[in-house]
Amino acid sequence: MSLRLEGVVVVHANGRRALAGIDLDIAAGERVALIGPSGAGKTTLLRVAGASLRPTRGRASVLAADPWSLRAGVLKALRARIGFVHQAAPIPPRLRVVTAVLAGRLGRWSVGRALRSWLLPDDVAGARDALARVGLGERVFERCDQLSGGQLQRVAVARTLYQAPALLLADEPVSALDATTADTVLRELVGYSEAAGATFLASLHAVDLALRWFPRIVGVRDGAVLFDLPAAQVTPDRLAALYAGDHAAERDAPVTEPHGATPPFASA
Amino acid sequence: MNGTAPSSRPELRDPLALRRAGLAVTALVLLWPLLHLAEFRPSTLLDPANLHVMASFVAGFLPPVVDREFLGYLLTATLQTLAMATAGMALAFAIAVPLALAATRVLSISSMGPADGRWRGRVVRQGVRTLMVLLRAVPEVVWALMFVRALGLGPAAGVLALAITYGGMLAKVYAEILEATDARPARALLQAGSGRIAALCFGLLPLAAEELVSYTVYRWECAVRAAVVMGFVGAGGLGQLMDQALKGFDPGQVSSISLVFAALVLLADAISLVLRKVLA
Repeated sequence: MSLRLEGVVVVHANGRRALAGIDLDIAAGERVALIGPSGAGKTTLLRVAGASLRPTRGRASVLAADPWSLRAGVLKALRARIGFVHQAAPIPPRLRVVTAVLAGRLGRWSVGRALRSWLLPDDVAGARDALARVGLGERVFERCDQLSGGQLQRVAVARTLYQAPALLLADEPVSALDATTADTVLRELVGYSEAAGATFLASLHAVDLALRWFPRIVGVRDGAVLFDLPAAQVTPDRLAALYAGDHAAERDAPVTEPHGATPPFASA
Repeated sequence: MNGTAPSSRPELRDPLALRRAGLAVTALVLLWPLLHLAEFRPSTLLDPANLHVMASFVAGFLPPVVDREFLGYLLTATLQTLAMATAGMALAFAIAVPLALAATRVLSISSMGPADGRWRGRVVRQGVRTLMVLLRAVPEVVWALMFVRALGLGPAAGVLALAITYGGMLAKVYAEILEATDARPARALLQAGSGRIAALCFGLLPLAAEELVSYTVYRWECAVRAAVVMGFVGAGGLGQLMDQALKGFDPGQVSSISLVFAALVLLADAISLVLRKVLA
């Protein structure tokens, strides 16, 4: 089992309950999409799955280990096997593209190798290879502030591909990309997961993309799993129930749309 | 807010307005007696009698002394002061970097858990912060006086004094610059199993480098001035030369030395500008 959540409850420091008892089993190599209105707890769930947020209650088993009972060194090694594509690429604009991609393997490199590679990139071929998969093979030595927002997000995807994780997590990975690029990027991530046998769990705003690329769909609402079904069984009725009251989703129907403008009043 | 009915009348007044006005008034009330305490009376500067005294004082400085023997002394003293400031800064840097890294919360792995490491990290950070306060609590001139007693006259005392106080100052400001930097890139790296040093280099420094460098060069400039002041208490360099010139009532020499000060500050400014351009 690649990921197993049992009764996971997360209450944030401000007292807001983000997850209200989640049970979820995901087998190794499975591809699962998380969908649901904004504020439903998708990001929190992904952080628990990424061993970076400890559940307030319940158990999380990640890559067959309980991250919160591990010693610091072992936990660090576990985290190195988890790739995370963030909604906004967490890459300093001053960094060169090649360095930004090589940073994907910092979890596996010694401090010495990391410092060496910081001063003089030591696996340019590997970085170029990962970049070529997202269509940026020619931009290796440019600085990240010379790229557009969409290109920067593709660099972040290349970094995660270069990391070669066993568990691939993505939080709205393509919400800032145009429809064509979004499709290309998802194809690369799915292709990686198939080729490497890596588990792939992604939250997506665009339901059509979720249905196209993921065999299994988990609908999350108010911090709980509303449905957990094969893509073929996700009917318009279920989607309507999932997004009921979510203004952004009702307004422009579930298509590729920029994320971030929805005020968090839906769950209040 | 479309859709949700507001429960009461919408608040149009800035809820912080009163607090801000209060803070401003408090600041003024506190500062006014301080100005009196410091005997700050700008009008005395413009008093004709005082203006005359100042004019003749300034006139005494002209022309600057430029004879060959004095210039030789001046050059040696300048180099000595620069060396004192630079060596002191280098030592201070070596003290500050580990302290700043230990004090900054941004690179804390334990803040993501496991929970038992969290309060240990907090204790370490608090301890380091206290050490930083102790280092910079005593002014460098006081340290210099002590070290001159211990090591004898000369720049070595100044170097040690600078290393201690500036070590504390650099550590404090480095830590604050790092804390004010966008932590998301570094945090993302830590979440992918990276170590603290690697996360610093790949995530934090690219964002903070320019500010760190410009602050460091500014501190070097301050160190040059501090090195001059410490010269007055026997730590050598331009300060000692200035002390002799003042005691020997030679205003021409004083003005030559002052011109060198100005040149050094300009130099620091130019270095900072060039470095920032290189790093931008």
